Amino acid sequence: MSLSHLERLEAESIHILREVIAECEKPVMLYSIGKDSAVMLHLAQKAFFPGKLPFPLLHIDTTWKFREMIAFRDETAKRIGAELLVHTNQEGLARGMTPFGEGSRIYTDVMKTEALKQALDHHRFDAAFGGARRDEEKSRAKERIFSFRNAEHRWDPKNQRPEPWKLYNTRKKPGESIRVFPLSNWTEMDVWTYILEQNIPVVPLYFAKPRPVVKRSGALIMVDDERLPLEPGEVPEMKSVRFRTLGCYPLTGAVESAAQTLNDVITEMQESRSSERQGRLIDHDGAASMEKKKQEGYF
Amino acid sequence: MTSLNAAPSTFADKKSLLRFITCGSVDDGKSSLIGRVLFESGTVPDDQLATLESDSKKFGTQGSALDYALLVDGLSAEREQGITIDVAYRYFATSKRSFIVADTPGHEQYTRNMATGASNADLAIILVDARKGLLPQTRRHSFIVSMVGVKHVVVAVNKMDLVDYSASVFEKIERDYHAIAQTLDIPNVTVIPVSAVAGENIATVSTKTPWYQGPTLIDYLETVDVQAALSLSSFAMPVQWVNRPDSSFRGYSGQIASGRIKPGDEIKVVPGGREAIIDRIVTFDGDLAYAEVGQSVTLTLDCELDISRGEVITLASQPVDSAKNISAQLLWMSAEPLDATKSYIAKLATTSISAFVKIPTSVLDVETFAEKSVSSVGINSIFKTSVSFDRYIPVAPYQDNRDLGSFILIDRLSNEVVALGLVITPLVNRENSTRSLVKVKRFSYQHDPFRRSLLKTISFAAGTLLLAAFIMLDSTVLNIAFFVVFEIVFFYVHERLWARSKIGLPGEVEFLSSGEGI
Repeated sequence: MSLSHLERLEAESIHILREVIAECEKPVMLYSIGKDSAVMLHLAQKAFFPGKLPFPLLHIDTTWKFREMIAFRDETAKRIGAELLVHTNQEGLARGMTPFGEGSRIYTDVMKTEALKQALDHHRFDAAFGGARRDEEKSRAKERIFSFRNAEHRWDPKNQRPEPWKLYNTRKKPGESIRVFPLSNWTEMDVWTYILEQNIPVVPLYFAKPRPVVKRSGALIMVDDERLPLEPGEVPEMKSVRFRTLGCYPLTGAVESAAQTLNDVITEMQESRSSERQGRLIDHDGAASMEKKKQEGYF
Repeated sequence: MTSLNAAPSTFADKKSLLRFITCGSVDDGKSSLIGRVLFESGTVPDDQLATLESDSKKFGTQGSALDYALLVDGLSAEREQGITIDVAYRYFATSKRSFIVADTPGHEQYTRNMATGASNADLAIILVDARKGLLPQTRRHSFIVSMVGVKHVVVAVNKMDLVDYSASVFEKIERDYHAIAQTLDIPNVTVIPVSAVAGENIATVSTKTPWYQGPTLIDYLETVDVQAALSLSSFAMPVQWVNRPDSSFRGYSGQIASGRIKPGDEIKVVPGGREAIIDRIVTFDGDLAYAEVGQSVTLTLDCELDISRGEVITLASQPVDSAKNISAQLLWMSAEPLDATKSYIAKLATTSISAFVKIPTSVLDVETFAEKSVSSVGINSIFKTSVSFDRYIPVAPYQDNRDLGSFILIDRLSNEVVALGLVITPLVNRENSTRSLVKVKRFSYQHDPFRRSLLKTISFAAGTLLLAAFIMLDSTVLNIAFFVVFEIVFFYVHERLWARSKIGLPGEVEFLSSGEGI
């Protein structure tokens, strides 16, 4: 009997997770609280069972995440007994960085990319797991499963290591690090099907519920707390919405939906005709903006 | 062990996965073909289609029509040059199957990318431009695909619209290709006439090729069976990581390279030859009743053996070989030429080890499939040579076991991957074997009375014939008498020698085990 596609994907991801633990000195898992992180964390539990996770979880907190995400994060770490590190770029905070005003571009650089580099450097992590998938976005399609970063955390898309079979070259010089993507070969549909089959807990924001939203540049932005500056005449309305990806709430667009269960979400996705990153405002700076961000060290 | 799961763990979603590679150059319309397949399978979301429309106007090569190639050409540097640079992966699914596509460029200098993409592929699509027929690059792509053991090839004869869907053009290409496939030993070849731009025979049967009775491209990809016979070979699992959360648990984690295992099976650790019995197959979802090739599992044993990463757990009755020297086929991937005096790092399965590589006297021409003499090897050279490691490691020929027969070579200083390699044969050199290894070899004899009698008969007959040959020289009565006496002495000595040999006898293992026997 041969393995089904989810079984093959699962076995490959577990192999990748174990390879890093066997060959790297100080790994960490970037935990972004979303559905991909949930699946990656679940796979890690499987890879090291009956032991606990042999690495800490790291969350880069911009201070603008949805409140439900933060609650879910703390609950999850407690539930599985994982060590959770939370890092915020305090300098950026002191400089008054917000997702508004100076524009999302510099905010993302400072509060996400810079913050991530600070945390990795501070703890001297030599390998960091990330939940990125190749089907998310064009520039990710070419990225290796083991993606090398120089001491400045830069990615060089033209000088990537070949990965034949399942042989990963993890050798690196002092200061260099690896970003490892165990979910590289998963699609959004695979992730949801797996969550359903394995009964993996996810943030309730993925399911439809009446939430207060305002419409900005075509996106529905949820008013998660009083910090969201309302423009003149803007009044939050209650709409049944859910999220396909999760990030900073002022930058994450919701979709109108009635999907309240996992099955509803999957059905809705099968019928839907738009990609998941459409809800992310940062990707729309230009067709190649993600590639630029990645070269600079963004996950 | 109260509730054992039926393994493999059960997912309600039983869709299978097909990984394939597409080979061809930009001119063959490869990106257009993949783009079209993605489009036809309904995988392209509306917002990406909107981007495609605006991109088609900006960068497109199809005039006002949608340029499907832009769905797959990712990085900005490539867009400017209008070519794909590296291996890119694409994903789509139909109601029957999920697909992972490795898209690799057809330019000559990128042989290494193609080999990398093909190494994980179940199937290859080789593109041929109907107007041009088979080109040297078609032979090159076919060679690389067959080298890494891809057993299924689809030849997509593209741009049929530009040859008026001519049956004779198609049939000539089909005939020519079967000749190549035969030389290269590619067992399954399917040739399909298509037009990526017009969408003919991609998802729907073309009305323009009534002379073609075969499947459409997507139809074939959805139904071809590529997994057969994978689990029939004997069990082997390279230990990837030792799981020791506390003193009460010691498990050996890894992904099964071949075969099947269940609790109670007798195992042997290679190299070294230590033996034990499988106690449990531990997973997060509960213990398994059995596990097989492809699964990532954790095995526990009935006794404490100190096994480390790099060692391989095999069935006691069918252990893999360990070798210090191998003959191998290498694909050189570095701009730095091969240096025979340099110690490289070889990574084979979960073992990392020092390796020296001999400079070959010839390399293969991937277009003519002939050998040509060389004095050094540079980037994209494919050649056979010998590789020696600084100790014995478990290996198997690539054609028998992919995981134990494939390796990469890494430069110690630059950390660059300089070559990928396939084991042709492990060279088991008995003279250089250490004492313990000789001992291990002896323990591996299997109980096989027929083999023992056969060998014994052969050695006796050979001795007798040799003696008889002397008599033939001069068959006097005295010589015949000598023959009889010598034959009696020979019989006695032969018996004494065989009594010392353990060939075909039950080994010590079998004496100890009272289990299932062999």
